[in-house]
Amino acid sequence: MSDRKNTAQADLTLGEVLRKRGISRRSFLKFCAATASMMAMPPSMVPAIAAALEKARRPSVIWLSFQECTGCTESLTRSHSTTIESLIFDHISLDYHHTLQAAAGTHAEAARIASMEENFGKYLLIVDGSIPMGNPGYSTIAGVSNHDMLMETAKGAAAVIAVGTCAAYGGIPHADPNPTGAVSVGDLIKDKPIINVPGCPPIPVVITGVLTHFLTFGELPELDHIGRPMAFYGKSIHDRCYRRPFYDKGLFAETFDDEGAKKGWCLYKLGCKGPTTYNACATTKWNDGTSFPIEAGHPCLGCSEPDFWDGGGFYKALSMPTENITQNIIYAAAGAAAAGVAVGALNRAKKSKAQATHQKVKLEDLNK
Amino acid sequence: MSASLEKGIHALKEQVDSTVAAFFSSCVHCGMCADACLFYTETGEPERMPINKVEPLRRIWKSEYTLLGRIGKLFGLTKKVDDKLLTEWETLVYDSCTLCGRCSMVCPVGNDIALMIRKTREGMAVAGHAPEGLIGATTRAITIGSPMGVKLPALQAQIRHVEESTGKTIPVDVEGAEYMLLLSSMEIMNFPEFIEAVSKIFDRAGVSWTISTEAFEATNSGIQIGVSDLAAELVQRIVDAAEKLKVKTVISPECGHAYMAIRWEGPNLVGKPFSFKVRHILEVLNELREQGKLEISSRETQKLTYHDPCQISRRGGVINEPRSLLDMVADNFVEMPDTGKMNWCCGAGGGVSSNERADEIRLKVFQRKKEQLDAIKPDAIVSACSNCRLNLEDALEEYNMDIPLLSLTEMLADHLAD
Amino acid sequence: MSEIEFLDWVRGPGFQIAAVIFVAGVIIRILEILMLGRKKNLAEARGSEMLGGLRTIVTRSMHDKATFQRSAFTIVSGYIFHTGLLLSIFFFAPHILMFKEVFGLSWPSLPTPVIDALAVISIIALLTIIARRMSNKVMRFLNTPGDYLAWLLTITPLVTGYMAFHRIGLPAPTLLAIHILSVEILLVLFPFTKLMHAFTLFMARWYNGAISGYRGVAS
Repeated sequence: MSDRKNTAQADLTLGEVLRKRGISRRSFLKFCAATASMMAMPPSMVPAIAAALEKARRPSVIWLSFQECTGCTESLTRSHSTTIESLIFDHISLDYHHTLQAAAGTHAEAARIASMEENFGKYLLIVDGSIPMGNPGYSTIAGVSNHDMLMETAKGAAAVIAVGTCAAYGGIPHADPNPTGAVSVGDLIKDKPIINVPGCPPIPVVITGVLTHFLTFGELPELDHIGRPMAFYGKSIHDRCYRRPFYDKGLFAETFDDEGAKKGWCLYKLGCKGPTTYNACATTKWNDGTSFPIEAGHPCLGCSEPDFWDGGGFYKALSMPTENITQNIIYAAAGAAAAGVAVGALNRAKKSKAQATHQKVKLEDLNK
Repeated sequence: MSASLEKGIHALKEQVDSTVAAFFSSCVHCGMCADACLFYTETGEPERMPINKVEPLRRIWKSEYTLLGRIGKLFGLTKKVDDKLLTEWETLVYDSCTLCGRCSMVCPVGNDIALMIRKTREGMAVAGHAPEGLIGATTRAITIGSPMGVKLPALQAQIRHVEESTGKTIPVDVEGAEYMLLLSSMEIMNFPEFIEAVSKIFDRAGVSWTISTEAFEATNSGIQIGVSDLAAELVQRIVDAAEKLKVKTVISPECGHAYMAIRWEGPNLVGKPFSFKVRHILEVLNELREQGKLEISSRETQKLTYHDPCQISRRGGVINEPRSLLDMVADNFVEMPDTGKMNWCCGAGGGVSSNERADEIRLKVFQRKKEQLDAIKPDAIVSACSNCRLNLEDALEEYNMDIPLLSLTEMLADHLAD
Repeated sequence: MSEIEFLDWVRGPGFQIAAVIFVAGVIIRILEILMLGRKKNLAEARGSEMLGGLRTIVTRSMHDKATFQRSAFTIVSGYIFHTGLLLSIFFFAPHILMFKEVFGLSWPSLPTPVIDALAVISIIALLTIIARRMSNKVMRFLNTPGDYLAWLLTITPLVTGYMAFHRIGLPAPTLLAIHILSVEILLVLFPFTKLMHAFTLFMARWYNGAISGYRGVAS
């Protein structure tokens, strides 16, 4: 039944869907303009975006969740108000998503297989969570290992979107010592376009923005060297941070409750990873544009970067060594003192020998 | 004849100590020592810069006494000291350095380069790479007792002349005298006025002093050529005589390296502290001045300047004494630019004057002194080193400059009240 | 290796290795020098070795007027570069955090724009120094590959630090990692190059001052 309904809706264009929902042309264009600006496109692109979206057919989407915490899904679904972004999300034919779909068990898997067959070569594959390679039994769905399901599902996908840092770079499961042998989507899939949308979780509008781009242009947005859309990940948190002037002036909060913290000074010394983290938090913000972690007084954890969990502690400043150097230095100093004394003793012995074997110089020793 | 490269390398190994290691470890190749060395500034030849002169010693330090060097040596990667190197360096180490130590005063990391050159000579000499002139002087010093070949009868003759002209007896071999005066051969042969001056001053001041017939020679070619064993032998002669006569203080005469040899190197050469004190004649005169025992009846009115002998001022520490004495006797005393511990060498110290091969460069680098003198145009130059004095007279003549040289001691004697 | 992995490596194992080699190397080198020892001076002293040595450690940083005029370039460029280098190493807030983490000691920092300017000044000074090293007659004569190596080891952290701060050319984590790596290379080679003078110059100056001070001369 749901299959038939889906198929019927799939025939409508996005424009038709929006109009059916009572969205005015004016609101739609406003959305298109906002999308263009968010994705750093010139205003002249707005009509093109509108036209493309108007005609866009409803794409089939398969969402696979592996070693994950459902935080990414939470991030996407917990919108405060009904927005066009959420409608875009509504508009897609989410044929498989085991948290959201009504079907369960065999029916759920059947829906995935059906969608794959019907839309072979055209559906979008979204993945959250990492894939355990240590033992297939670490994470299975309907008795199928994550690896096998991913490889099977990816075969017919037009593109793969790795949502969240776990899918994009292995994330928390991949953190040292990586007990499950977790890997990212990109580690396994080499023959499909992959978009990484990292973050723990990623910002909702980043996901919809990427979808919009895909719907508008039918291709992937421009990506950076680790597969992230440049439009959202082109600048670091540090570069866009409203506390940056304090960093430049050298004004830092030393603790979470000192004067500096109250005055809103830079959180670098409290371990902020903003300088090495590329994400849009500082501009798009969270919770419907309310704020972002640094604004709430907490340093950036660097969650949209690979291996963010292994950076030596969230509260260790970037300039600090991540290991216990002090102890080793003490050992090295003690060892070197011993070695130095040994080397020094060799020197002394050599010199003493030279002096002991000194032959008194006589006048005839001055000529050859 | 038994000088050899092996002996040279062995000697260099003996010379490396913690100071040398600290100095070589600190050199950053900044080149400032070149600007402080008259052998570079007046020739413009970079190989004559101070730090380059110690290359043989550096190679030994590096390959024998550093961890990396020792490892490098195993793989044959360190630079070796060979006869070719020493031949090349002979003229740098002996002809182009007076051991004046001005480089040691400017080196920003604090390297005492002059000390290292002194040590380098220890290796050069026994490797057979000392200049002929210095070997000759050293041989004469050891065998005859004076680098210039002055023997006791010559001294006795000079003493007789002085006694005849002053009518006073010069005390010789007086046991228990307070002071034992040493003399340099140059003073005996070229400036016997010095003996007369000292005799006059000491007589007026009522000082008990003597000259030993067994050890009157103050100079020490051993420290110039860089053979500590021979230098020690020369020092030991003085020690024996001073102990025999039971004097309290040995006076080093107006000679720079003689002061260095007996005052600073002496006890270290013979391996034990002296039982007597060693003072430079200017120190003794200044003490007399302080005690009010130097009365003068007339003053010098001509424009005077003082040439600091390197081994007495910069390397010896006798800097204020000559100035105090000059203040007492001179109305118009002018300092040269760069004076005292920063004075420029006359160009003939450290054995250069005994080394005929170096005559040309010695006169060339005198330009530095000439520039200093041109800046103040003195009527006469006062100094306290016969070697400086001879060289200055020689070079001033060469440069057609007519400035007389005065010995500070002699000048004081001239103005002494009757 | 991802750029963050690279950064984590230089902040972790890389730093560990460099710090150990640096500390061990410096201690061995210092002992290797000091244990050679020197003979006690048997001559009657005219002044204090200790005071003379300590005095020269300080006064050798200041030259008399004539010496300054003769070696003005060397002295001025040396002063500027050393001042800029030392201040930017020891008074940049992130660097102080590193020292605090390793040694437990902390001190006030200089304003970041000041450090930024100092780094630029030091880089310029180092560039003029190398230009002189390549053109001046005396320097050319003295030059060894070790001189160029030491120069390179010194300027690289300054340049990479400047680039990391201003985020020029590469992703920020890579820039920071390269900067830290350049410091680690410096630390590893430090004990075996003329950079060692940073420690031994105090010994050399002390010896120089002690030798002169013993004879009553302030060197």
